[in-house]
Amino acid sequence: MGFYETAHALGHQVNAGMWGQFNKEDVRRSLRKEQLDEHDLQVLLSPAAGDCLEEMARQARSLTRSHFGHVMQLFTPMYLADFCINHCTYCSFSSIYDFPRKKLSPEEVRREAEAIAATGIRHILILTGESRTESPVSYLKECVRILKEFFSSVSIEVNPLSEGEYKELKEAGVDGLTLYQEVYHEETYSKLHVKGPKKIYRNRLDAPERGCRAGFRVVNIGALLGMYDWRQEAFFTAMHARYLQDKYPECEIGLSAPRFRPFLGEYDSGHIVTDRALVQIILAYRLFLPRAGITLSTREPSALRDRLIHLGVTKMSAGVSTEVGGHTQQGGTPQFEISDGRSVHEISEMLKANSLQPVYKDWDMLDAGIY
Amino acid sequence: MSDPFVIGGRSLSSRLFIGTGKYSRNTLIPEVVEASGSEVITVALRRVDPNSNDNIISHIPDSMTLLPNTSGARTAEEAVRIARLAKASGLGNWVKIEVINDQKYLLPDNAETIRATEILAAEGFVVLPYMSPDLSAALRMQKAGAAAVMPLGSPIGTNRGLKTLELLRILIAEVELPVIVDAGIGRPSEAAEAMELGAAAVLLNTAIATARDPLLMASAFRDAVAAGRKAYLAGLGPVEETASASSPLTGFLG
Repeated sequence: MGFYETAHALGHQVNAGMWGQFNKEDVRRSLRKEQLDEHDLQVLLSPAAGDCLEEMARQARSLTRSHFGHVMQLFTPMYLADFCINHCTYCSFSSIYDFPRKKLSPEEVRREAEAIAATGIRHILILTGESRTESPVSYLKECVRILKEFFSSVSIEVNPLSEGEYKELKEAGVDGLTLYQEVYHEETYSKLHVKGPKKIYRNRLDAPERGCRAGFRVVNIGALLGMYDWRQEAFFTAMHARYLQDKYPECEIGLSAPRFRPFLGEYDSGHIVTDRALVQIILAYRLFLPRAGITLSTREPSALRDRLIHLGVTKMSAGVSTEVGGHTQQGGTPQFEISDGRSVHEISEMLKANSLQPVYKDWDMLDAGIY
Repeated sequence: MSDPFVIGGRSLSSRLFIGTGKYSRNTLIPEVVEASGSEVITVALRRVDPNSNDNIISHIPDSMTLLPNTSGARTAEEAVRIARLAKASGLGNWVKIEVINDQKYLLPDNAETIRATEILAAEGFVVLPYMSPDLSAALRMQKAGAAAVMPLGSPIGTNRGLKTLELLRILIAEVELPVIVDAGIGRPSEAAEAMELGAAAVLLNTAIATARDPLLMASAFRDAVAAGRKAYLAGLGPVEETASASSPLTGFLG
């Protein structure tokens, strides 16, 4: 049984009308508990908890500092290719948009790597559009071979792959997998993904578990907030993380809380996620999963990022471009607009000013053959 | 009085080992070293970046004995590779083995730790394994050639103190190696308690790194560890459940 069945069973008890049943005393009772269960998670995502954010924040900060200390891991995404065969209604890389598509050559990958490594960053996340023809596993492996010369950790954010393919990439030196479900609500998922293999809900939902089975050290999941009711989306994301954490204790499960951003097209889901809601989600994630890494991307504006660093976040992207080859080339099409355009140096200085230590390197790929 | 603490052939005057993680800036490390009086410092090899301008090793005073740890290792093989890498990088031949397969509570995997201890001790490393306080496992580590065992007081980063007290007591009584209580100690009083119990040393990081004033806390631990050790050497008085009668009931027996 995978998370699909678990989520299906949970789905019977989670609905839009249930959130109003909790009160502040329920929230305080949950905050006093050592181990939080799914009921507590619902409580912490409820409107009642929205009135207790300060208490939640204090506890979340204390838990984060105790388990992670005064440090923040930094990483940068590198876009390798923007070819995509899907039509997703919220993404610039969707196949319906006509713009010159790009894919980095090995030489271009090397130049990008040099430029990023010069900033001090040692953890990199490589991304592609979803195209098995333009960015097959063999291409990813070739890129990883180059990137290993520059970075101590390489993660991937690409189309869902088979367990065998994930194993191949792990052998090649990839140690982390990021894969967002985008939308956990199945019906909405189906509407947003009009065409292409991404339409297969379950193939995507099961992919993080395939990554765990393949032996990745870190698996990062998330819902793209703003596509459906955020309380339900956050609930299923956190339950998915708990499911993976329980079943694959050797794997470090991380969470992201990306909010929908402007892109080439237009899309209005009618589900706005306010700053206040985002804070509540991050706090609920931290309290429910005290040791999970929580990633904050440059989708969020700098002023808000500067505040969120104290509330449970443990990893941040910095010096970001969402264009293919964006660190060395001009004129690409960004996947979405970022909000925080600060350089790695600027983010580091901001962290230091907030008494946090920027960490550029937090793992080394271990080649069995060397030692 | 003379109270030598020799480990791995090295004589130490401080029984407080400290860590390098979780600080708001690496430049705090030399200040904490000084305030704590510690002579042994553990550093996660995964954080060491020789190519960085702010390499963590450059902040550790030369007088310190480096104890590279294998933080991040999930298997004995990974721990062994990290240890060899540390040695090859010039960080010496001491190693704290950390093999953790449980990312939810970060509890150590004793079986894998024993395997790594066997391999590394045979290669001449001074091996200090971090472990769950289990007597059989500790004895196997001893047999495998460990220089000490490092049982946890409570899970890493929790500051919950000596939740494993009864098991620590057994390890201290039964294991011939130095027992260094590692992880979970949050208060100086808990460090003192471990030392009073007969622990050879304590290792801690979070309690100092996350204190409001890390330097003051480092010196508090320095004093507490020294006081606990003195109390252990002095021999604690027996604890009585009932008051001792000044006129014994059986005094008439002569």
